Formats: sequence, structure tokens, C-alpha cells
Amino acid sequence: MTDTTLSPGAMAGGFADAPTQSAEGFRAILLALSRPGQIVSLTGAVPPAPMPVAAGVAALVLLDNTTPVHLAGALDCAAVRDWITFHTAAPLVCASEAVFAFGRWSDLAPVSRFAIGTPDYPDRAATLVVVTDRLDDAGATLRGPGIDGAARLSLPEIAAFRANRALFPLGFDTLLTCGDRLAGLPRSTRVEAA
Amino acid sequence: MSDYNFAYLDEQTKRMIRRAILKGVAVPGYQVPFASREMPMPYGWGTGGVQVTAACLTPGDTLKVIDQGADDTTNAVSIRKFFQRTAGVAVTESTAAATIIQTRHRIPETPLTEGQILVYQVPIPEPLRFLEPRETETRRMHALEDYGLMHVKLYEDIARNGAIATSYAYPVKVEGRYVMDPSPIPKFDNPKLSGSRALQVFGAGREQRIYAVPPYTDVVSLDFEDHPFEASKAPHACDLCGDDASYLDEVITDDSGGRMFVCSDTDHCAGRQAAGHRGRLSPQEDAA
Repeated sequence: MTDTTLSPGAMAGGFADAPTQSAEGFRAILLALSRPGQIVSLTGAVPPAPMPVAAGVAALVLLDNTTPVHLAGALDCAAVRDWITFHTAAPLVCASEAVFAFGRWSDLAPVSRFAIGTPDYPDRAATLVVVTDRLDDAGATLRGPGIDGAARLSLPEIAAFRANRALFPLGFDTLLTCGDRLAGLPRSTRVEAA
Repeated sequence: MSDYNFAYLDEQTKRMIRRAILKGVAVPGYQVPFASREMPMPYGWGTGGVQVTAACLTPGDTLKVIDQGADDTTNAVSIRKFFQRTAGVAVTESTAAATIIQTRHRIPETPLTEGQILVYQVPIPEPLRFLEPRETETRRMHALEDYGLMHVKLYEDIARNGAIATSYAYPVKVEGRYVMDPSPIPKFDNPKLSGSRALQVFGAGREQRIYAVPPYTDVVSLDFEDHPFEASKAPHACDLCGDDASYLDEVITDDSGGRMFVCSDTDHCAGRQAAGHRGRLSPQEDAA
């Protein structure tokens, strides 16, 4: 039997003014992804623990019933599942079918499970929303589109992002979140150890 | 205002467009398919640009809309009014004051800044379309990075005309990977595509494609070593503001061959005139 009762609190924590807050949230995500290394602040949603606020806002801005979602590790709990389902209606799926995936980097591994697009349609690739304990402009060196020279960003790993860049124009895209902060790392970025 | 959802489109549609824009940013120059909606204006009037702008607008934005560089033409005025009415955003004619600029066929003369978004209206997003009509084939050509046909086309220009005759919608290569149609901007504007401080997003409504060039991205106009790309313009100065470096429109003034050249960017020209610059046909300060 499937338990159809929602977790307490699943219906709370959404946007109070969806059109405006979605627009502002999207602009922040767009800024982050078009300027890798730049850290933006995302607020307005209150997702259940352990999902960070920034990941929750990104979910409300980007997910709907057409975007299969994979929740990994600790995020794959009843509270988060119900919150995502109630607010976005996104179907919950396994990693290989996901358009969006949420989780800690260690829980998302191996990231080769995720869709990287096809040569004809490189846009059919997954976006990974990574939960991190630390997000600041120190660590790996980033170069590429959107970056004036070089930028620095704390990454959970270097090798996987280098391997991902080698697949270009295929590859997954990454949004790193920590609390209410978010940074973007598109597949086009070249990553080097500091 | 209250009769419409913010920025006209429903939230589900905006989410779909926003996801396409993000994928476009992640793969610079690649045309992302999107489920273009019918808009309350005909295809060819900027429905792609309008949908991108609607998905990007926030209530705090200041919007500028230009058509061939001009803020005061029908297309620009009606799109500006559309967003004033459906999004309640502030509008401006000043390039420097705008946060989002929707454009048809020009890049403003005033250099763009970080944080600005330039939204292009695109009629035919596929640069290979007039060389290969089948979408299945052009898609495969992009996948294989097979752009020989484009170079043959440019070569035939040289063989027939002695020079590359393409003067607008001049093909470019983005980050050394995708060949992209920069929309029908004059090739004079092509150098501004590369290394721009602003994010550039392209929307083709009828053809249902969105693509993007992030800031500080390498955009190279295709050419040959012995026939290098040249950003050309009419060899005149503006007759109103005297600028000899801006892109000019030729205006026929009578039936006996009379003509004048004026800046196509009206904000740029008005700004220069306000600063005291005068051209061949504009009234001099002391004459008034």
C-alpha cells in the first residue's frame, strides 16, 4: 500500500508571490550560470531540512511536472520528497532518467550516471544541484565562457569536472548551493586545481 | 496590469523558457529547441525575443527596446508598451540606464556593461538553413562540427564578387565550437559580440529556438587568411551628430538623388547632439 499522506509541513515554505519570486530567483540563477564563480543569494522559499534554501528556491523556479527529478542521499527523505511533489509536481526518478538531481556530491557519485545529452541534442543533459558545506571564491581556478580571465570557486572535486568539460558540448551542468547561496558551473567551464 | 500574470506568460511557460535559456548559456551558440507560444503579435515581429524577455524580466528591471537601433519605430514602441502594460516595468531609451535591452538587428553603440542582458529577435536561427534545408541534416552537421559548407558559401562569394558579400547575419563561431547566426545584425556589429560584458540571449519564436552567448565569450566571424573579416559601414559621418564611427542609415530625402546619413542608434545620436556635436545637416548652436 502506498501511503498517500503528505509529511507535515510539505505544503508550507513555498513562494508567497510566485511570479515575482520566480522571476527574481531565475535572474539570480541565470547570473550565476552565465558568470561561473560568481556567488548569488537566493531566498524566498523554506524547504524542509536537509535541503538548503538556495536549492529549494532553484527547485521552485525550475521544476514542474515535465522535469523528472532525482533526490540523492539524505535529501531522499519523506519531507523533501513530499515538499518537491506538492510544490512542483515533478516526478521522482532514478539518476539516469533525471533532468535535475539534488544531493551532496558524495551522494550524487558516480556522476557518470546522469544524462549528458546527445550529439544532436546536447541540451538534453541533467542539471546537478549540489549541496555543499562550503561555497566561496577560493580553491579551483575556472576559465571559459562567462569568465573575465580566471575565477576561483570552492569545488567538491576537480577530476569529475575536468572529465565533464572534456565531453563538451555534451556534459551535465552544475549548480552548487550552500545555505541561501548558489554558484553555477556550466559544462563549458575549464577547471584547474589551484 | 492586474489582468495579466507578471510579464504576460503563465508560470509553466516561463519555467520552460528559463530552462532552455540556462541550457543555451551552458552550451554557447547551440540552438536549444523550446515550445514557443503564440504571442499577441505576429511571427516576425519579435515573438522569440518577447518570450525571452518575458522569462527574464523582474519587477525591478528597466527595459529598452530597439528596432534597427531606433527606440521610436513601430516594433520597438509596441513591444515596450506591451511590457509596460503586462509587467509594469520601467522603460528607458538610454542604453546605459537599461538592465534588459531587447533588440531587432542592432547592437547598441554604447558599450554594454556587466549585469545587462541583450535579447535578440531572430528570424532564422539556423546559419546553415539556406545551404541545407533539412533540419535533420543541419542538426547532424552541428553535431559533427561539419561547417565546410559555410566556408564554401563564403568562398563562392569571393569567387563571384571578389569579396565576401554577406553584409548582415554574418556567420560566427562561438568558443571555437558552434557556428551561429548572430541574427540579421550588420556585420559592423559582429566584433561587439565577442568578449561582451553583457549576457546575450537570442530568441526565435517561429523557429522555436533559443541560444545564448555568455559574457566574455570568444566569438569569431568566419573568414579566410587572405580575405579577412572586415566590419564595414557607409563611408560617411552622421549628418546629425557628425559621428564618423557609428553605423549609419541612408535616408532618401527627395526624388532627385538627395540623401543623408544618420546614426541607426537613435540613443547614441541624440546623446551626441545633446553634448553639442553637430553634423553636416543639423542646425548649428549659434544659428538658432
